[in-house]
Amino acid sequence: MANDYKKEEEILGKAYDSKLMKRLLSYTKPYKKYIIFAILMNIVVASLGPIRPYLTKIAVDDYIANSDYKGLMIIGLLLLASLLFQAVMQYFLIYFTEYLGQKIIYDLRSQIYSHVQKLALKFFDRTPIGRIVTRVTNDIESLNALFSSGIVMVFSDIFIILWIFGFMFFLDVNLSLVTLSVLPFLFYGTFLFRRKVRESYRDVRLHLARLNSYMQEHITGMNVVQIFNKEKSELKKFSSINNDYRKANIKSIFYYAVFFPSVELISSVAIGLIIWYGGGNVISSTLTIGVLFAFIQYTEMFFRPIRDLSEKYNIMQTAMASSERIFKLLDNKTFINNSETTINFENVEGEIEFKNVWFEYKENEPVLKDINFKINPGETVAIVGATGAGKTSIINILTRFYDIQKGNIFVDGKDIKELNKRDLRKYISIVLQDVFLFSGTIRSNISMDNSEIPFDNIKKAAELVGADKFIEALPNKYDEMVMERGATLSVGQKQLISFARALAYNPQILILDEATSSVDTETEGLIQKAIEKLLVGRTAIVIAHRLSTIQNADKIIVLHKGEIRETGNHQELLAKKGIYYKLYQLQYKDQEINKSA
Amino acid sequence: MKNLYTLKKYFVRYKKKLFLGILFILLSNIGTVYIPLFLRDAINGLQNQISLEKLLYYCILIIGASAVAGFFRFLIRETIIVVSREIEFDLRKDFWKHIQKLPLRYFQNNSTGNVMAHATNDINAVRTFLGPAVMYSLDTSVRLIIVISIMISLNFSLTIYSLLPLPILSFLVYKVSSIIHFKFTKIQEKFSELTTKAQENFSGIRVVKSYVREENEILKFNEISKDYLKKNMNLVKTQALFYPLLFLITGLSIIIVIWLGGIKVIENQLDLGEITAFIVYLGILIWPMIAFGWVINIIQQGEASMKRLNKIYSEPFEITDSENTDYSIKDLKGDIEFKDVTFKYGNNLPKILDGINLKIPHGSTLAIMGFTGAGKTSLINLIPRLYDCTEGKILIDGKNIKEIPLNILRSNIGLVQQEAFLFSDTIKNNLSYGLDDFEENKIFNAAKLSNLDEEINSFPNGYETIMGERGITLSGGQKQRASLARALVTNPQILILDDSFSAVDTHTEEQILKNLIDYTHNRTTIIISHRISTVKNADKIIVLNNSKIVEEGTHDQLLAKEGIYSDLHFKQLLEKELEEI
Repeated sequence: MANDYKKEEEILGKAYDSKLMKRLLSYTKPYKKYIIFAILMNIVVASLGPIRPYLTKIAVDDYIANSDYKGLMIIGLLLLASLLFQAVMQYFLIYFTEYLGQKIIYDLRSQIYSHVQKLALKFFDRTPIGRIVTRVTNDIESLNALFSSGIVMVFSDIFIILWIFGFMFFLDVNLSLVTLSVLPFLFYGTFLFRRKVRESYRDVRLHLARLNSYMQEHITGMNVVQIFNKEKSELKKFSSINNDYRKANIKSIFYYAVFFPSVELISSVAIGLIIWYGGGNVISSTLTIGVLFAFIQYTEMFFRPIRDLSEKYNIMQTAMASSERIFKLLDNKTFINNSETTINFENVEGEIEFKNVWFEYKENEPVLKDINFKINPGETVAIVGATGAGKTSIINILTRFYDIQKGNIFVDGKDIKELNKRDLRKYISIVLQDVFLFSGTIRSNISMDNSEIPFDNIKKAAELVGADKFIEALPNKYDEMVMERGATLSVGQKQLISFARALAYNPQILILDEATSSVDTETEGLIQKAIEKLLVGRTAIVIAHRLSTIQNADKIIVLHKGEIRETGNHQELLAKKGIYYKLYQLQYKDQEINKSA
Repeated sequence: MKNLYTLKKYFVRYKKKLFLGILFILLSNIGTVYIPLFLRDAINGLQNQISLEKLLYYCILIIGASAVAGFFRFLIRETIIVVSREIEFDLRKDFWKHIQKLPLRYFQNNSTGNVMAHATNDINAVRTFLGPAVMYSLDTSVRLIIVISIMISLNFSLTIYSLLPLPILSFLVYKVSSIIHFKFTKIQEKFSELTTKAQENFSGIRVVKSYVREENEILKFNEISKDYLKKNMNLVKTQALFYPLLFLITGLSIIIVIWLGGIKVIENQLDLGEITAFIVYLGILIWPMIAFGWVINIIQQGEASMKRLNKIYSEPFEITDSENTDYSIKDLKGDIEFKDVTFKYGNNLPKILDGINLKIPHGSTLAIMGFTGAGKTSLINLIPRLYDCTEGKILIDGKNIKEIPLNILRSNIGLVQQEAFLFSDTIKNNLSYGLDDFEENKIFNAAKLSNLDEEINSFPNGYETIMGERGITLSGGQKQRASLARALVTNPQILILDDSFSAVDTHTEEQILKNLIDYTHNRTTIIISHRISTVKNADKIIVLNNSKIVEEGTHDQLLAKEGIYSDLHFKQLLEKELEEI
């Protein structure tokens, strides 16, 4: 993941938060039975390791001492059996708990993705896409450890420790107490180490983030560095950040260097105590050598579960930080809501009316002011205006991507606020200026992966807009893969595909935001023909950049600074010599010259 | 291994510390291997009426040996692992030094993410090789030799039988960890597919919503998510083997010791003390045997990463001083001449500039106009040698720019780029970027010339305000003006403005241009712009179209020509009129 360096939202030590934890645990509910089963299994499996030193004690005291070959063999076979059984059970337990964890993560990811799909465009305007992506991917990922190994396996570690205690006390209470006297040091040392490492690791990450963002920034701006001749001094700066990173790393080495030998020392102290105290008891014949034997093996068994426990503590802390961000997104309710009772919306004719419509993105900065117009079914209306006149906003509010502040919009005489959004959008197709192609095939891009649209209709749509010629020429025709948002296709081809897409849905109302980008004359001819086909037999609103489209429109609306300033057809408006006349000279006249040329 | 050989010079640099490290490995292992021996003596003693004092003596010896071993173990990490961090530092520094000299072409052909991947992942893989891999392979070898020879001296056949499973352990660790590595890359691929899908969907959310495809998109996402789950479980299938196998094999060794060893005790060939020692020795050997399998993987990955790094190191610098460089040149006046200049971005790519001939005398102002993609930026990029021209030559003060020392050339040129790139630092540091020594007056002056001074003073911390992600966000126009000020500060003989007012409103632009009249009086100035108002006062205006100069002259001359320039002029007048309605 080359992009990881970007993820600088430092996951810092978040204190335990029971509310968050409760909410997190609620995701395990559907799998409650399995989890309880896994925990119960753990109790059994955890005993299999600690039972072996006990068995060796029997071997030493009862069989080796009495030269009982058969007894020794039985113990040998028992040891083998417990070992094999443990290995197999452990494997399945790990697999099972991982599977549960992955399932929970899958559910959570699905939930958050569905949630985001339903959020209004307003949310997407305000939130950088990268951040939303991080929530759905990396943040969820960091919960993985909690669900897969954290929740269930914590019990495994605890049970192992308890079993060891049990066997030890069963063998000899006093020796157990003496041996376990080192345990507090071990616990304390391990958790102290975890804390220190965590702190120093945070330091390391902080410096690494600095280093990475320095590199990221300076690779992007390398030409500035070179133009200003700053290579030498930048190298100095880089070295100092690099040096901080090195220092932080070397500091963290120290903790490891102290910790591992300390653990070994503690275990040696335990062994030493067993030899001294236990050995004394052996001399006085109150203890057998086999018990010493078993105890020496137990001292080596403690460390792993304790270390794992301290690790789980870290996992939980990390999960806290991520889950807080995830839940914040899940609690975001920027929706465009359907009204409580929606009107039936069928057999749409396609009549559109705007009545005293006011609209603003930011408070008190209206982009549309008192807009009034009516379009009869089957009519084509062209909207023209300079950049920033408010043309795109008209599309946005007609499809309820945004809600208007004042006035009403009617389709077939029904206020769109009373309609179900889905119904409304079903009858309206939009062709946007920037054609957005999804990864997939040409076919899936035309149908938007809708299996209800038969392939014949897809083909027919492509034929009608004249996209079939280039599609048929592709090696895999309609099944040709679309690479990276259509990088291998020309601008014109992409537009034809988006026309076919709109046509395949056969909408009653078509909204077309014509692209301004220039294409070669041949493609231009194709596009013009395609647009003519598109407009036939439906109500259409076109944000027009083509002279031909405007000339063919039933009505032209001239939008200027958020207001309708002129309406009429091409000839009428030209004769007025007003705004339209100027726009015509600015944008459309050249097309006439080119056409005649 | 041949790629890792490049690292030799770094090892040599720290040879003293490394030798010490090896010595510590030896000493620590000697301490470690004594513990089981003391234990053996104690247990054997118990069967022969040992005294309590003697037991205490063994107890102290065991703890003492462990303390000695631990002390040297501490020193091992403080030498060998520390050295790996030192080398990592050197490695990264050398990497950066190299990267800085690579031509713009390299950065245009390789995405930032790509270069970053080398700087982070690859260097990290090499570091892991340098530190843990070197430490563990040395430690393992030393320990194996000492422990096995002691075990053999205790009992030969028991040694052979009990050690039999351990090579299998190494092999399995090697196998399993390389399968894990492979499956992990598969997971990462799926993960990035997941990321791409989310990214794509969120970017195209408008289309999704207009075609009411939300449900379908959720299904598709869930499908990838399910696939990701499968890939993860596929990894778990292997990864879950790791610990059980580990316990199985090590447990097997211990069972062999107890069973076979027990028989030998019964037959009086061995004492219980030896068996205890064997069990503890096995415990000591397990970790090194695991490390062995793991180290092989690390070496393989380090080799692959070093290979990629070496490829970057062999990347040619292209634009540097050469044997023809005339180091007697200390100053430039600023007479620029293009002679039959042709430029392509690559051999098989089309000509971006074709037969450009142009004279820009010292102290004059040249304006360049033309449509997007006409070659304007490419033309001016040739002057500070961000690229070298393909054919023809460019002269400054009559000298071919390839013969002028690169640092002299660039320090005499102030280039303000189209996309103003500022660093996330204070405004002051950004403006003084081109200065060696900080001079407050120069900065204030430049900020005033760029009409930025007042705005900066209105920021919370004035000139100390931090910009960028962690600070305030400047508007496009403010960025452009800051980038202009940054260039003005350096007092260049040649000032080049590449469409640097595109985000600045016309009114402010006019003011800045007025401010600059005096400043540019004695300098050569080149301005690229789309606005007639910006260029009309230039001494000469050229219009580039399809890689060639198609119109050339003063404002009045070009208006009279009725070509591209006069058409633009007419349209911009119209726009202005529309704006005022």
